[in-house]
Amino acid sequence: MTTLIPAPRAVRAHPPHQPGKRETVHKWRRRLPLLPALIFTVIVTQLPFVATLIISTLQWNILKPGERHFTGLSNYAFVFTDERLRTAVLNTIVLTASVVSISMVLGLGLALLLDRRFPGRGLARTLLITPFLVMPVAAALLWKHAIYNPDYGLLNGTLNAVYRLFGAENGPTIDWVSNSAMPAVVVALVWQWTPFMMLILLAGLQAQPGDVLEAARVDGASAMATFRFITLPHLRQYIELGVLLGTIYVVQTFDAVFTITQGGPGSQTTNLPYEIYLTMFRKYEYGEAAAAGVVVVIGSIVVATFALRTIASLFREEVSR
Amino acid sequence: MTTHAAVPDPRTGLRKFLRRKDDHGGPPRLTPGWTFAAWLATLAFFAPVAWMVLTSFHQEADAATNPPSLLAPFTLDQYELLLGRDITPYLLNSAMASVISTLLVLALAVPAAYALSIKPVEKWTDVMFFFLSTKFLPAIAALLPVYLIVKDAGMLDNVWTLIILYTAMNLPIAVWMMRSFLAEVPKEILEAAEVDGAGLPTVLLRIVGPVAMPGLAATALICFIFSWNEFLFAVNLTATNASTAPVFLVGFITNEGLFLARLCAAATLVSLPVLIAGWAAQDKLVRGLSLGAVK
Repeated sequence: MTTLIPAPRAVRAHPPHQPGKRETVHKWRRRLPLLPALIFTVIVTQLPFVATLIISTLQWNILKPGERHFTGLSNYAFVFTDERLRTAVLNTIVLTASVVSISMVLGLGLALLLDRRFPGRGLARTLLITPFLVMPVAAALLWKHAIYNPDYGLLNGTLNAVYRLFGAENGPTIDWVSNSAMPAVVVALVWQWTPFMMLILLAGLQAQPGDVLEAARVDGASAMATFRFITLPHLRQYIELGVLLGTIYVVQTFDAVFTITQGGPGSQTTNLPYEIYLTMFRKYEYGEAAAAGVVVVIGSIVVATFALRTIASLFREEVSR
Repeated sequence: MTTHAAVPDPRTGLRKFLRRKDDHGGPPRLTPGWTFAAWLATLAFFAPVAWMVLTSFHQEADAATNPPSLLAPFTLDQYELLLGRDITPYLLNSAMASVISTLLVLALAVPAAYALSIKPVEKWTDVMFFFLSTKFLPAIAALLPVYLIVKDAGMLDNVWTLIILYTAMNLPIAVWMMRSFLAEVPKEILEAAEVDGAGLPTVLLRIVGPVAMPGLAATALICFIFSWNEFLFAVNLTATNASTAPVFLVGFITNEGLFLARLCAAATLVSLPVLIAGWAAQDKLVRGLSLGAVK
C-alpha cells in the first residue's frame, strides 16, 4: 500500500465503464446522511407557508363559524388598504431602521476600542456581550419596570438623586413609556443588539491583515486616513452582514413590543408581528392574519436576497481558501 | 534574483522590523483617555444587568424606593420564594425543550454537515442556501398554520410541540456551523486514512471527531441559547402544563401585580443558564450568530 501513485484516483478507476446502477447507488449513499435533516426542514418549515398561502385566500373568522369560504385576493386588498396595517408597516420600518443603525454605529465604536489592548479588555468584552445574552423577555421586563417606571425606575430615580444633589426638592416624574413609547422600545432593543454588531465587527477587525496597516503607518498615513481608506473598506462586508442579519432579526421583534408597550399607546408602537398576533388572537381574523403574514414573508425575502448575497461572497472566499 | 535578496530594500526591512515588533506586542495599546472611555461605555452597557442583579438581592421595600437605595441589606428571600413556589416547573419545561431539541438538532445536523463537507453531495452549496433561506422566513408568518395544525393534532400545551419547532428553528444554524467546522478537517489526512483502509467508524472517531468536537460544543451552546430564550411560540402554543421560563416571566407580572425585587430575581434566574453558556462560548458566539460566515 505504500505507493507513490495518487491512490484515490486509482481506486475510482472503474465507475466510468459502468455508469448505470452502481453510480446511482453511490450517489444515494452520499445523500443518505443529508436526507433526515432535509426532509425534516421541508416538512416543518415549508408546509406551514403553503398553509399560510391557502388560508390567506379564505374569509375565515373563528367567531363566525360556518362562514369560511374562498375570497380570492380580498384579504390582500384589505391588508394593503387597512389603516392599522399601514401604521404597523411604518412602525416596523422605523423600529428596525433605528435599532439597526444606532446599534451598528455604537457597535462599531465599541469594536474599534476593543480591538486595541487596554487593561481588563477580556473582562470588558465579557461584560459587553451580557445584554445580548439576557433573555429578551427578561430584558424587556427589566427596562419596563426597573428602569422606565415613573415612580421608582432607575432613570427617574437617578434624575431625582442628581436633582437632590443640587439642592432641588424632587426630580421630575417622567412616564417614559407613555411619553415616548417608540424611543423606549428602540433604546431597549439597541441595548440588546449593540453587542451583536460589536462581535461581528470585532471579528472583522481582527481578520484585518496586519501588514497592510503597518505599511500604511510606515507610509505616514494618519490614523483617520488609515481608518477611512483601509479599515472601513475591509469592514464593509462585515458591516453589511451585521446590518442584514440584524434587520432580519429585528423585523421579527415581538417580545419587546408585547412586554414594554403592548403596541401602544394607541398603535404607536404596533409593529407587524404584533399586529398579526392581534389579528390572529384578538380579532380572530385568520384570513387577514395569513395575508399579512405573506406580505411579511415577501418583505423578508427582499432583505434576505441581499443578505444571502453577502453571505455567499464571504462563503465563496472561505471555500476557495 | 539572488542579488535583490542580498541587498534588501531599506523600506521593506523597516516594515519587517515593525511587523516583528508588532507580532510580539500584539495589537496597539489604547491611550489612558481612550481606556477610560472604553470602560465607561462598558459599564454603561452593563449597568442595567448590574441593577437587575442588585435589586434581586433586596427586599421589596428597598427595591421600590426613589432615589434608589443601592446599599440596602442583601437577602436571598426573593430567590427562596421563587424556587420554593412556582418557577420550578417552568424551568424544567425550558430545560427539557432546549436540551432535547438541541440533541435532536445535533443528531440531524452532524450527518447532514458531513454530507455537505467531507463527502459532499453534488450541488451541496444549493442545499446549504436552502437551509439558510428557511432561517430568514419570519416565525410570525408560520404561527397561524402551526397553531391550527397543532390544535388539530391535540398537541397544544405540549413540550414536544416546542421541541419539534425549536429543532426546525435551529437546524439551519447548526448545519451551517457544523459544516464550517467539518470543512477544517484536513482532506489529505482523510484521503490517507482511506488509502490505508481505515473504515468509516475509525475515520469518524480518530480524525473527524477530535477536530469537530469544539465545533460540536459551540453549536450545541448556540442552539441551547436560542431555544431557551424563545418566546413567540412558547407564549402562543402553551397554557399551563408546558409553559417555559419566558412565559412564566410575563405571566408573573399580570398575575401577581408588581414585585420589582422578585421580578429581578426571576429575570436573573432565567437568564443565568444562557449567561453561563454564552460567556463560556464567547469565542465561538460570533460564528454561530453569523451562521458560520464570520470566524
